[in-house]
Amino acid sequence: MKTKPVAEPSTRTQQPIVTGTGVLGIKYNGGVMLACDTLGSYGSLARFRTVKRLEKVGDFTVVGASGDLSDFQKISSMLREMSTSDSAYDDGCNMTPRDIHQYLGRVMYNRRNKFDPLWNELVVAGFRDGKPFLGAVDLIGTMYEDDIIATSFGNYVCLPLMRKAGTNLSKEEAKQVMENCLRVLYYRNTKSSTKIQIATVSAEGVEIGEPFEISTYWGYSAFQHTEYHGKRL
Amino acid sequence: MSSIGTGYDLYTTSYSPDGRVFQVEYAGKAVESSGTAVGVRCKDGVVLGFEKLVISKMLVEGSSRRLLTVDDHVGMAVSGLLADGRQLVNRARDEAASYKEFYGEPIPGKVLAERVAGFVHAYTMYWSVRPFGASVLIGGVDKDGPFLWMIEPSGLTYNYFGCAIGKGKQPAKVEMEKIKLNETTCREVLKEVARIIHSVHDDVKDKDFELELSWICEESGWKHKMVPKELAQQAEEEAKKALEEDMDDE
Repeated sequence: MKTKPVAEPSTRTQQPIVTGTGVLGIKYNGGVMLACDTLGSYGSLARFRTVKRLEKVGDFTVVGASGDLSDFQKISSMLREMSTSDSAYDDGCNMTPRDIHQYLGRVMYNRRNKFDPLWNELVVAGFRDGKPFLGAVDLIGTMYEDDIIATSFGNYVCLPLMRKAGTNLSKEEAKQVMENCLRVLYYRNTKSSTKIQIATVSAEGVEIGEPFEISTYWGYSAFQHTEYHGKRL
Repeated sequence: MSSIGTGYDLYTTSYSPDGRVFQVEYAGKAVESSGTAVGVRCKDGVVLGFEKLVISKMLVEGSSRRLLTVDDHVGMAVSGLLADGRQLVNRARDEAASYKEFYGEPIPGKVLAERVAGFVHAYTMYWSVRPFGASVLIGGVDKDGPFLWMIEPSGLTYNYFGCAIGKGKQPAKVEMEKIKLNETTCREVLKEVARIIHSVHDDVKDKDFELELSWICEESGWKHKMVPKELAQQAEEEAKKALEEDMDDE
């Protein structure tokens, strides 16, 4: 007698498709800065060159995302809808960066418990009542706050550089650190690009800059003498 | 009064012999005994005003708001039963949010007005429900520019340049007709709205009132916002002065 085959669980939504890589966040004197490149990778193919991965939420918060970009678009539209109703109530009580961080944590944890996670690592940066906020949420709902945060490959490559720089920085210095980190990330990470975007949140509010190119240097002699590659001199 | 009712006014589901639906007309009466709402669509935006009758001196200022935000680009003025009107505002908020989710852009004024009107109309068609005892003005700015719509308890909706609902709607409309709406700006219209509401307010018969003013224009960042306190006060003072001068002339 034939036995019926057992239905396999659905795995349709259990891997990312178009992805973005590392998002970096750092506190500096008087604000918080987020930075990431604008590449949307399709596997290892550099598919979309200018995808904005930093989203303003309300008046005091920016959310940046690595991981699946369509999932991030879903998250963005949820946040937008929420901030619209938040301001429509007009009750003088608006969501703080911490509220948004907590909310995202609940959403991500809830989805992972359905075995259908939103495939992202999110960084929440905000500035409210004179205090900076920087927090991260990942696809299984892990949440933490820190003075420096990096996601995905940036965790390995950029975090040590950011630790070295510290947080006693001016805005201009912080920007230099971010650019340098993303440059180093680009040298090591095949899924990153040189087109980057930087957002700052401070007492003046949220400012999300337009994408721009960072410089690279490939003139080292080791790069030019490929015959030495892999050989001990 | 003997003609009123006579058995044809118990439900919205039956007509009177001469083709009227009394329950809907009674709902209209609930609006006519409420404070006046004024909406003006001018060349650069929309201004809404409300004469909020204060039922007690002990009420906290700013409570029972009559001008409410539906979406970033849409505001609503509720005249009539506030609890009924809030239901309409909630519905409008849901419609605006679902439109944005579905089409990825803000809901056009016409679509919003027609959807809310359809909702209102549905409540005139079943014996088990009561029509809304509220009329609303829906004002905002969409990609075709400023819009102003009014919805009646019957579910009818109209597109206006200037409209008033509530107790003082007749004199308010007469006053509004004197303004060249296509040529004035929100800034200028602000004090006109304040003046109109002050002029239709009956000091003798009615209690005190609080003037609510909201607008959507470039100055408010194309978002529906309450008019900033200083500006609203200034408009109100100018309005009072203008009214006093009128009195002196007579």
